Amino acid sequence: MKGKYDVLVIGGGPAGALAGKTAAEKGLSALIVEKRPAIGAPVRCAEGIGKEALHEFIDPDPRWISADMTGATIVAPDGFVMKLGSEMAGSKVGYVLDRKIFDRELVWKATEAGADVAVKSRAAAPILENGYVRGAQIEYCGKTTEVKADVVIAADGVESKFSRWCGIDTTVPVREIMSSVQYVMTDIDIDEHSTVFYLGNDVAPEGYLWVFPKGKRCANVGIGISGKKSGSGHRAKDYLDRFVNKTFPDGKTIEYIPGGVSVCRPLDCTVADGLLIAGDAARVVDPLTGGGIYNAMYTGRLAAEVAAACIERGDVSKKALMQYDKAWRESKMGKAIERNYLIKEYLIKLPDTKLNDIIHSVSTINMKEFTTMNLIKEIIKANPKLVLELGALAASLR
Amino acid sequence: MLIVRRDICGYCGCCVSVCPEGALELIDAYLSVEKNCTSCGVCAKVCPLGALEVVNEG
Repeated sequence: MKGKYDVLVIGGGPAGALAGKTAAEKGLSALIVEKRPAIGAPVRCAEGIGKEALHEFIDPDPRWISADMTGATIVAPDGFVMKLGSEMAGSKVGYVLDRKIFDRELVWKATEAGADVAVKSRAAAPILENGYVRGAQIEYCGKTTEVKADVVIAADGVESKFSRWCGIDTTVPVREIMSSVQYVMTDIDIDEHSTVFYLGNDVAPEGYLWVFPKGKRCANVGIGISGKKSGSGHRAKDYLDRFVNKTFPDGKTIEYIPGGVSVCRPLDCTVADGLLIAGDAARVVDPLTGGGIYNAMYTGRLAAEVAAACIERGDVSKKALMQYDKAWRESKMGKAIERNYLIKEYLIKLPDTKLNDIIHSVSTINMKEFTTMNLIKEIIKANPKLVLELGALAASLR
Repeated sequence: MLIVRRDICGYCGCCVSVCPEGALELIDAYLSVEKNCTSCGVCAKVCPLGALEVVNEG
């Protein structure tokens, strides 16, 4: 670890790894600091990602793919099952990753590109000069070191503090935090190539419960409920335990994973003088699915690209870095976040009876391209009345 | 004041994200509570495990 870098990246998850890798590839010196003693652990994730989305960043490798998904199942509040598949039989629609190995691989790639990495190293405070973020105080084993940088990329996750210390309000509204728990379970009867989503107010209020296969008789079994619906005696863990006792009474839990997932709109502004914010810290999780891996990699890479261009021009002001904020908002990802936010807001207000009706309208959907968007289009096709209810939103879905 | 039940806490950071005062910080496997905590209880509500409790002083 040196005392000065072109780019300092806070956080060694997918956003931080892509930021560090991209900065290094652009010929910049970069340091990734990770507060935990290990990259990739503990896991805070259901580990699902779409096939196409993953391929945009890295070729799939069996070392960090736990299972291939060929379909998905949605279970309505009344138990009715909707099967989703690809029109091409047997084709993969997504993966369930092994994040411990995957995250490590991403950071390895960053170091291969030339980035430095420091684990058990916590950014304890920003270095501020004339209103510019110029690095951070890094704590490591009881020692604090000053690390200066032209630009800092805050990729410090859902529990992000760094941007807050720089004056940006990152508070997630209570109703928009998914209070979550997941068990990695073995010895359970599952379809090992299909993800399952359970919906309903009794199952997972304003959220969903998932079974994401990790291989033969093994899966991530988890739940996210709205923070608004959480409280003593009815927390995420209470709901999950009830489900598991009923559905997988003989299963064994080999990992216990609590977590929080933001499903709010992204931060109003994801840059400041000398600072860019990426991944969960920027609140760019997909508000409908809760998926954040792709969005983290996308914003991490883009943040470093913009940082490199601005450093070269010698202007890392908020105004110059705004190019990053603008670019991701106008991207396919940014537009999907906004659209999925509106869909989520519509769906969480639906009573279970209405949700049942919608899901009953189609028992099987085979899509050419397996995306959330295509699923919604098919559901609207089967429920023409929804067009009226969705109003302006429906137009954007065509 | 806010009590962290360390035997229950899974150090996930869910609470940190909703704290309106920025009074919580997750330092690896340790949740720290700063002096500016107002005991508003938002964190206790959203905790997926029930590891946080607001107790009345005095």
